[in-house]
Amino acid sequence: MSETQTSTVAPAARSAARKAPVRRKNRQVRGRTGAFWLFVGPFLVGLAIFIYVPIVWSLVLSFFRAQNTVVPDVFVGIKNYVDMLTDSAFLSSLGTFTLFAIFIVPTTYLLALGLAVLINRARFARTFFRSVIFIPAACSYVVGSLVWKLSIFNGVRFGLANTLIATFGADPIPWLSATGGFPWYWPVIVTARLWLQVGFYMILLLAGLQQIPSNLYEAAYVDGAKPGWQTFVNVTLPGLRTATVAVLILNLINAYQAFDEFYNLLGNVPYARPPLVYLYYTALGASQDYGHGSAGALILAVLIAVVTIFQARVLGFGRASD
Amino acid sequence: MAACGSNSGRASSGAGSLQQWYHQYGEKGTQQAALKFAKAYKDAAVTVQWVPGDYGSKLASGLLSSSAPDVFEDQLNIELIKTGQLAPLDDIFASVKDDFTDADVKLNTYEGKIYGIKMIDDPQFLYYRKSMFQKAGVQPPTTFDELIAGAKKLTNSKTKGVYFGSQNFVVDHIAPYLAAAGTSVVSADHKSNLLTPEVIAAFTKLRELYTSGSVLQSAPTEWTDPSAFIQELVAIQWCGLWALPQIKQAFGDDFGVMAIPSIGAQGKQVVYNGGWSTFVNAKGKNVDAAKKFVKWLWIDQTQYQEEWSLDYGFHIPPRKSVATKATKLQTGQAADAVKLAGQFGIVDDIAFTPKMATAVSDAGNKILRSGADPKAALGTADGIVQSELKRLFG
Repeated sequence: MSETQTSTVAPAARSAARKAPVRRKNRQVRGRTGAFWLFVGPFLVGLAIFIYVPIVWSLVLSFFRAQNTVVPDVFVGIKNYVDMLTDSAFLSSLGTFTLFAIFIVPTTYLLALGLAVLINRARFARTFFRSVIFIPAACSYVVGSLVWKLSIFNGVRFGLANTLIATFGADPIPWLSATGGFPWYWPVIVTARLWLQVGFYMILLLAGLQQIPSNLYEAAYVDGAKPGWQTFVNVTLPGLRTATVAVLILNLINAYQAFDEFYNLLGNVPYARPPLVYLYYTALGASQDYGHGSAGALILAVLIAVVTIFQARVLGFGRASD
Repeated sequence: MAACGSNSGRASSGAGSLQQWYHQYGEKGTQQAALKFAKAYKDAAVTVQWVPGDYGSKLASGLLSSSAPDVFEDQLNIELIKTGQLAPLDDIFASVKDDFTDADVKLNTYEGKIYGIKMIDDPQFLYYRKSMFQKAGVQPPTTFDELIAGAKKLTNSKTKGVYFGSQNFVVDHIAPYLAAAGTSVVSADHKSNLLTPEVIAAFTKLRELYTSGSVLQSAPTEWTDPSAFIQELVAIQWCGLWALPQIKQAFGDDFGVMAIPSIGAQGKQVVYNGGWSTFVNAKGKNVDAAKKFVKWLWIDQTQYQEEWSLDYGFHIPPRKSVATKATKLQTGQAADAVKLAGQFGIVDDIAFTPKMATAVSDAGNKILRSGADPKAALGTADGIVQSELKRLFG
C-alpha cells in the first residue's frame, strides 16, 4: 500500500522491473526441472518397468498359486512363504550361500589388497601387471566357468589340474562330481570367482592407495614408525577405509548374486546350490512355479537388505568422513 | 536364445506364419535338415528355433510368452495337458494310428485323447568295448552285482569301468534306475513308491557302484555324447542309439550293446525308450495352421521322417511302415539295439513332473554323492512327490 502511495512515477515500469528477475528465476527453475527429467526420465522409466513393476508383480504373485502362468491364479495367503521357509532345499541353499560368502568375501579382499600393495610398490612394468591382473574382470562368468569346467577341472586324467597333481603321484580327482569326503567343487568355484573378480577390486584398492598423501608416511617416519608392517597398519589401512568399505559391500552383494558359476559348473545339485539357482529352477525352470519362486525371491531380498544394512552400520558406510 | 534360423525372413506373427521349436540335436546336419523341412512347406512360412542348452526350462517359459512356439518338440507331461497348453491331435492322427507302435501311441495319450506325435524313438542302453571285456575276462553283465564286479576288473590306470554321466548321473536316469529295480517313482494308481524297499535298495546299490572306484565320475561331455567312450576313458558307457554311427566309425566291430542290468531280486533288465514327440500349442495364434503343418511333416512326409531318423544319428522310426524300410537298423549292433529296445523297453510316465524329478534327483545326489541315509533323503522327496500327486490327482 505504502509503495503505491510514494511511487507516483510510472508504477507500471517499476512493477515490471520488480517482477522481471522473478520471472527469469522461474524460467531457470523450469529449465533445470526440464533438464532433470530429460536426464533422469529415461532411467526412471526403465527402472520402473524393469525393476519396480516386476518387484510389485512378484509381491502379488507370492500370495497366489501361479504355476505355469505369470498371472495370479488362486489366492493362498502366506502359504507360499510358509512352504519356502520349511523347504529344506531352500534353507540349505541359504546355508550354501552363507558358507560361500563367509569364505569368498574376506579372501577376495585380502588377495585384492595384497596385489594392490604389490603393484603400488612395483618399480617396473607396473602398468603391465595391473592390466594382466585386471583383464579377467572383463571376461564373462559363463565363459570363465566353462573354461574351468571343460579344461582345467574337467575331472579326467588329462585335465590341467589332474595332470598337475599327477606329477605328484596323486590320482585324478572328479572335481565337480566327487563322492562324499572332501567337497572338491568348492576349490573350483572359489578359484573361478577369484580369478574373475580380484582384478576389479584390486583396481579399486589401488586407487585408494594412491589417494593416501605421502606426507602422512613421512610424518610417520619422523615420529619413529618403521617402514613395513607398522606403517601399513597405522597409515595405509586407515587411509583405505572408504575403499575397503566399498569393496566389502560390493563383494557381499556380488556373493549374494552368485549364480553363473554355480549354474554352469554344477547345475541343479543339492550340495552346492545357492538361493538364486534354486529359485531359478523353481520359477523359471521346468517347474514354472512363480508363486513359490516369488515368495522365495522376496525372502531373499529381505535377507539381503537386512545383512547389507547391518554390514553398512558396522563398517560405517555413508557416515560423514571424520 | 542366440541360435535360431529363419527360412524366410518374414515376420513371425500373423496368419500364415508358424514358429517351430527344436532342442539342439548333437548330430551334424540335423539343423540344416530341420530348416529344409520347414522351407519345403508351402502353406505357411515356418520359422525354426534351434534351442541350445536347457531346452525344458526355455520351452516352459517360452510357452508363457507372447513369442511362444506354435509347434514344438518335447516329452509329454501331465502339467502341459492340465494347463490346456496342448491341442488334441486326434483328427489328424486317426488315419495313421495303427501305423505307430502301441507304446508310442499310449505314451502320448491321456484320457482317450492323443496329444503328441512321436517323431523318433531313442532307446538308451549301455555300449561296451568287446576287446576290453575279452582282455579282462568279463562277460556282459545282466545284474548290477555283475556290473560292479566286472567294472572293477575293467578299471586300470588309463580306463575306468563305467560312465553314466557327470552332472546328470542321477537326474537323467531316475526312471530307468528304478525300472531296473522293478519299480517306479509313481505307482500305476498314482501313489509315491519312494519309501518302498525296492527304491531304497536301488539307491543303495547305485551308491555301491558309484563309490566302487570303477566309475568315471566326471568327464568334459555328458553321457548323451559318446566322447568318453570313444576316447577310451571307459569300457562301458550309458548312451543312446543316436550315437551308434559315431561309435561304429571309431571302433568298427569292436563294441557291443547291452541292456541296463537289473537291480535286486524284483529287478529286470531295462532299455529306456526315450525320444521326442511333436506338439501343437493350443494357446498359439494359429492352432489350425499348426496342426496342418504337423500333419504334413510328421504324418504325410514319410521320406522326411526316414531322413530325420536315419541320416544323421540313428533313431528308431516310430512308424512301422518307415521302420521296416530302415535297412541301416537291420544289421550289426544297430539291429541288436533295436532288438533290445523291443525286448526290454520302458517308456516315460507322464505323471512324473519336473518338480518330482528335482526332488528325487536331490535325494539321489545326496545318497550317491554325499553318502546320505537313503531313507532320510528319500523321505524328504517323498513329501514333495505326494504333494505333487495330490495337486494333480486330488
